[in-house]
Amino acid sequence: MEYFDIIFQEVYKILFLLVPVLVSVAMIVWLDRRVWAFVQKRQGPNVVGPFGLLQSLADALKYIFKEIIIPASSNKVIFILAPIITMTLALIAWAVIPFNEGQVLANINVGILYIFAVSSLGVYGIIMGGWASNSKYPFLGAIRSAAQMVSYEVSIGIIIINVLLCVGSLNLSDIVLAQQEMWFIIPLFPMFVIFFISSLAETNRPPFDLPEAEAELVAGYQTEYSGMMYAMFWLGEYANILLMCALGSILFLGGWLSPIDIYPFTLVPGAVWLIFKILFLFILFALVKATVPRYRYDQLMRLGWKIFLPFSLIYVVLTASYLFYFNLLPTN
Amino acid sequence: MIAHAIFFYVFSLIAIISAIMVTVSKNTVHSVFFLILDFISISCLFIMIGAEFLGMIMLIVYVGAVAVLFLFVVMMLNVAQQKNQWLLSKESSGHIPIGLIISALIFFELIIVIGGWKYKPDLFNSNNLDISSELSNTHSLGQILYTDYIHVFQISGMILLIAMIGAIVLTFRQREGVKKQSYIKQISRERSEGVEVLDVLSNKGVKIDD
Repeated sequence: MEYFDIIFQEVYKILFLLVPVLVSVAMIVWLDRRVWAFVQKRQGPNVVGPFGLLQSLADALKYIFKEIIIPASSNKVIFILAPIITMTLALIAWAVIPFNEGQVLANINVGILYIFAVSSLGVYGIIMGGWASNSKYPFLGAIRSAAQMVSYEVSIGIIIINVLLCVGSLNLSDIVLAQQEMWFIIPLFPMFVIFFISSLAETNRPPFDLPEAEAELVAGYQTEYSGMMYAMFWLGEYANILLMCALGSILFLGGWLSPIDIYPFTLVPGAVWLIFKILFLFILFALVKATVPRYRYDQLMRLGWKIFLPFSLIYVVLTASYLFYFNLLPTN
Repeated sequence: MIAHAIFFYVFSLIAIISAIMVTVSKNTVHSVFFLILDFISISCLFIMIGAEFLGMIMLIVYVGAVAVLFLFVVMMLNVAQQKNQWLLSKESSGHIPIGLIISALIFFELIIVIGGWKYKPDLFNSNNLDISSELSNTHSLGQILYTDYIHVFQISGMILLIAMIGAIVLTFRQREGVKKQSYIKQISRERSEGVEVLDVLSNKGVKIDD
């Protein structure tokens, strides 16, 4: 019976994390569309519910009642597995995100590596979807997406090394606690900019949305998907975007820490600060989507390999030598 | 403890079955997917014995990068699906002796390594290393790798670098007549050199770019 108690408790905790994440994914889709419309002087979704807040719910209902079409020449098992894998991977990474000191589902030693590993597995949902559709546009989209995600992961990995040099631990809570005196955005500002751009590319957001470039590839790897399976790809994508925003705020913006460490600000619970930071980064994502034109594919590859990678490598050397010279290397 | 054992057997069963499926499955792309499943379950086993760093690196490097390349190659080559002819067809039976020799070699190598380790346990004694049990796996790995084994580590890094450069040199070919864009040229273009206003005479035309 003890096992059942433990399992019940864990399931309760997981639900308590996942339901808010899924709801906020729905809300963030609405926010994305509203910000986008705001920049372009349009109204955006404003009919369903107050300010159109229930638009995503209505969309979800529509997707549930649509027919799921599986192409006759597709590889059926992999075709169905692909959106499931995308969404599962986007959700399991949330297990290690700390919302406050001690408020984390799994406080593991190698938290940042876990997130990195899970986000690098995210490629598979897209490749599998593109290949199993057995159609030209999805396959091209899948290949583009895989090449893009693998390239930008490299620079994200090196940016993470920069942060880890200053922290001396792979645990996400330790990374946040190391920023009590100064958020890492101040000493590592160039790295924050590169991280932001790389996370745009990693999540296939505009201006790097070449895998689903509607002018060239219809909808890329999602072309053959319909109904709830399409919605799962889309949920997974937005959950990934939220995750990258959360990672950015943990690595550079001090996670749950309040910006000013004095009385009225410390009353606000840490989770609220984290949510504000995630929202701030997400609105930046949405503004970029609304303002920047799409990159050409060779320019995208050049940016990743010839500019971001050397620059972040040089910054690793600089950070390490600075820390070593001034004897600031973290020891434990 | 029972839960631990159950998880161990589940992961190792998945690992073994998917390893068999890699060789048996008829579709090459399916083989790669089974290989990925195998990598994932082996990294779960690593995590279960407390080597969490190794498990995560296995996921990042093998599953996140190496297997993606495998998948690319297999998908692009479009290898014909072999139907109903594995093992005992005429074409594939010629490969069986070579496969058997290689697997026997690997098997004996493993026996020598594991047997030598069992026979002479002080050949490699982990007690000599300065590992304190308070440190986490990642910390102690870093400390040993960059102190005791720094030369081996650096040499293996150099070998990998040389292999990478070698692969690039071997496959690189300079093609004639390829038009390239120079970004610096594009950015540093000015209006005065980009646009030229000409008086075009009727029936004469203009000659551009010779």
